[in-house]
Amino acid sequence: MVENRPWLAFFTHVVLLIGIAIIALPIWITFVAATHDEIRMTQVPLPLLPGDQFWVNLKATLFGRGLSGTETAPVWLMMLNSLVMALGIALGKIAISLLSAFAIVYFRFPFRMGFFWMIFITLMLPVEVRIVPTFEVVAQLGLLNSYAGLTIPLIASATATFMFRQVFLTIPDEMLESARIDGAGPMRFFFDILLPLSRTNIAALFVILFIYGWNQYLWPLLITTDSDMTTIVMSIKQMLEAAEQSPQWNIIMMTALLAMLPPVLVVVLMQKLFVKGLTETEK
Amino acid sequence: MAKIRLDNLRKSYGGTEVLHGVSGEIEDGELVVIVGPSGCGKSTLLRMIAGLETVTAGEIHIGERMVNGLEPARRDIAMVFQNYALYPHMTVRQNMAYGLKIRGLPKEEINRRVEEAADILELREYLERKPRQLSGGQRQRVAMGRAIVRDPQVFLFDEPLSNLDAKLRVQMRLEIRKLQKRLGVTSIYVTHDQVEAMTLGDRLMVLNGGYVEQFGTPIEVYERPQTVFVAGFIGSPAMNFLPAELSDGHVVLGNGARVPGGAGEGEVTLGLRPEHLVADEDGPVRVRVALMEQLGANTLIHGVLEGTDQEMVVSLHGIRDIAEGEVMGFSAPQDALHLFDRRSGRRIN
Repeated sequence: MVENRPWLAFFTHVVLLIGIAIIALPIWITFVAATHDEIRMTQVPLPLLPGDQFWVNLKATLFGRGLSGTETAPVWLMMLNSLVMALGIALGKIAISLLSAFAIVYFRFPFRMGFFWMIFITLMLPVEVRIVPTFEVVAQLGLLNSYAGLTIPLIASATATFMFRQVFLTIPDEMLESARIDGAGPMRFFFDILLPLSRTNIAALFVILFIYGWNQYLWPLLITTDSDMTTIVMSIKQMLEAAEQSPQWNIIMMTALLAMLPPVLVVVLMQKLFVKGLTETEK
Repeated sequence: MAKIRLDNLRKSYGGTEVLHGVSGEIEDGELVVIVGPSGCGKSTLLRMIAGLETVTAGEIHIGERMVNGLEPARRDIAMVFQNYALYPHMTVRQNMAYGLKIRGLPKEEINRRVEEAADILELREYLERKPRQLSGGQRQRVAMGRAIVRDPQVFLFDEPLSNLDAKLRVQMRLEIRKLQKRLGVTSIYVTHDQVEAMTLGDRLMVLNGGYVEQFGTPIEVYERPQTVFVAGFIGSPAMNFLPAELSDGHVVLGNGARVPGGAGEGEVTLGLRPEHLVADEDGPVRVRVALMEQLGANTLIHGVLEGTDQEMVVSLHGIRDIAEGEVMGFSAPQDALHLFDRRSGRRIN
């Protein structure tokens, strides 16, 4: 729409600004809280302008022993745990889904559609639904308090398999036939043709799955008891309840800021590929 | 280089047979065009030769080998697809080199062959581009380059020109013909376009409904079509068909007119090519003109055989001026009469 109505322009801008404020204000307060010392954060009124303790708090949070009076792991280790878990889940899901979609689209084997629907039906069984049996299995396998236990149960993914199936279906058959005449075997076709052609889709899915993995709360909470294996998202909640004292808001908010950072980075860095992967149809 | 022999080839999908025993030999270095209306099984036949479809029954020989059970890559063929099927993420050079790379040829050899093919096809300056940066004609050339570098025994073309505009199509048709002559590679070319078929082929295989209707040189097919189908399919505008009867050396038309020619007795279908009728005041074939089309080089006269409602088209050289509703006489030279058995549709003269 190309219209020139000053009042409309003014009004739409106001609406947008209000929207931004609603989203940005809590983040601003988090940031402000992370820049003051512990005492200031317990006094009213709460500060709305940043203080001068940012670097002190950052150092204390990242490398300190967490909240005073507790024995939690330093936050850098939690971030590392979260990173390993998120990457493991994202990459594992992508690898398994690519392979299963490849099998379902390009191979003719008995009960092919049966397998497809079996995978599809697991959409109805997220971790929360099967948490007790899954926990039992992981415990029996001795995977509690390990990266394997954190990632593997979350890797199987119907959504990603389904998405890659749709992507593969849009690739013309001639591409496969051409590769066959060129002498490419199935795996060669997969790596040389299919993977490069679904590059943007893989990137888009990576963004979604990385954030999914990073934000996992219930599952890590359940299977990690060792403080060295805590992830950053679950630790924020624990910090609030830790020790019988008033919460150390400066440290907690700094942790929250740090927890937000990697997903934001992933989205910002991969934005272009992400949009392409979800919208591009030409193959 | 190699001969191709097809021996009673059959193809069924489920219970339905789509190819009913196709046989034929393609000589070394020959370009054979398989032509037919859509759905006649021509693409299926080509894909069976390529190894992309399984063979239900019969045998395919390329050179000395029976290739029925061989993977496409091991048949020593190259195929050009209708939509080119270039790998979109590879450059022109990579596209052409891919098959050679898989075969494990040394790098220098691959580069030499790719550049040679690029020179032949005038693609040198485009070697580092991606397919999407090329025009339709250039993509078509890359697809052919990919076939050339493999140095195969057989080229297979699956309607390679149908995605191009009319002008480019004529140009590429000539290029394909020149290239094939120059390389001398046995080729099979599938098309539904009869002009392409006539101009390109050393021989034509006319396919209809899964049967070979005729297999011969373009001139044979044009001058002596063996069935009503072939007669109607090849030639433009299409041949006129008139129900007629043979009686003592004449063909008797539906309105009683007697055209000299033919032998024997019985009910026949008379085929007359529009361009073979000669304007003649006293000619036996009398046409009531309904419509004229001036094409410049010739004039198409649409009308009906007088006294019947059988539609006819006549093509005369040059520009003519004829009033609609007028009755014109034409005579038909004896060697322009095509007589077909009314029931079987097979040629009888």
